[in-house]
Amino acid sequence: MATSPQTSLRSPLGRVRGLGSAKEGTHHWWAQRVTAVALIPITAWIVYSLLSLAGGDYIDYLGWVRNPVNSTLIILLVAVGFHHAQLGLQVVIEDYVSGHALRVVSVLAVKLLCAALAALCIVSVLIVAFGG
Amino acid sequence: MVELSLPKNSQIKPGKSHKAAPGAKNIRNFKVYRYDPDTGDNPRLDTYEVDMDTCGPMVLDGLLKIKDEMDQTLTLRRSCREGICGSCAMNIDGRNTLACLKPIEECSGDVKVYPLPHMPVVKDLVPDLTHVYAQYASIEPWMKADTPAPPTAERKQSPEERAKLDGLWECILCFCCSTSCPSYWWNSDRYLGPAILLQAARWINDSRDEATGERLDNLEDPFRLYRCHTIMNCTQTCPKGLNPAKAIADIKMKMVERQG
Ligand code: SF4
Ligand code: SF4
Ligand code: FES
Repeated sequence: MATSPQTSLRSPLGRVRGLGSAKEGTHHWWAQRVTAVALIPITAWIVYSLLSLAGGDYIDYLGWVRNPVNSTLIILLVAVGFHHAQLGLQVVIEDYVSGHALRVVSVLAVKLLCAALAALCIVSVLIVAFGG
Repeated sequence: MVELSLPKNSQIKPGKSHKAAPGAKNIRNFKVYRYDPDTGDNPRLDTYEVDMDTCGPMVLDGLLKIKDEMDQTLTLRRSCREGICGSCAMNIDGRNTLACLKPIEECSGDVKVYPLPHMPVVKDLVPDLTHVYAQYASIEPWMKADTPAPPTAERKQSPEERAKLDGLWECILCFCCSTSCPSYWWNSDRYLGPAILLQAARWINDSRDEATGERLDNLEDPFRLYRCHTIMNCTQTCPKGLNPAKAIADIKMKMVERQG
């Protein structure tokens, strides 16, 4: 247990009540489920597309990305995928990192990294899609 | 961070051996965790040769025989010896269960007996339940209603409403489930754990209770409720055959339901 009875004279009930409930958590939990379900069809689509493109040359791939339906779906995959990853990694950190400061910093770092990588991917897709 | 190895003063050392009375033919070894806070010694694993010809069938019978006839210093909790008080919960043969309901026959090899995992140990097989009892108090396990009860009658429930409490009221608060839950091991300071959440569900599902929303408010928290990742250890180990994982999933669905 993180709070050892020996180090505090606060009553056990006082310690359990602590700072009260955060009144949040449901949104995170639900978003994790919704993004997981959304990823199933998008992932199936990307696997199918890449398989059918296998053996194609540069022009084939370029044409594929420039098709607006395809570029939209790639961007959706990136956005939903990184959002899901970020939600999941937050849970792992909250499970295993017990110091408050370290936990908050790690969660923020993971969120920032996921947002940056997602932005990089999306910008790249747009450059290819609209590029001259 | 999570600690995967035991701290030095918790590491278990080999212990003493207690022989059965000469002439005993049907011997079963009990390996029992021993810890005495007064000595400052590390915990140890004592071996007792129990004469099965003069011993009852359950692990609790074996432990009481040891205490009565071989070693009075062995400390454990028990009361009802029929699976209804929850006192004798311990880790037997690698699984949390009630010593009074666990047949010695079902144990493989030596009968290995430890206290419930990941709790502070008061002595031998007795865990300190102060914190988990405080967690129980924190969900306010009593009927809350502003409507006064009818002066000459009880508060009524339809048979369907009453049926919603089945699978919940039977819980004996033995804490086999909570102490089998990895999430509870790592975060019991804030996570309420399966036993307490099943109790919370018992009041959330009670049609006579008028504080359902307030109860959900108090659980709406990344740690109190959402540390449950549906690992299902709790359901697997419950000696009363209850399903705390499902009770927790029901609470989460109610949280979603009230959002829109
Ligand atoms: S749910 Fe089962 S294991 Fe958990 S405290 Fe209740 S009776 Fe014990
Ligand atoms: S289902 Fe939830 S409460 Fe049960 S063992 Fe898993 S994490 Fe713990
Ligand atoms: S002694 Fe009461 S449950 Fe085992």
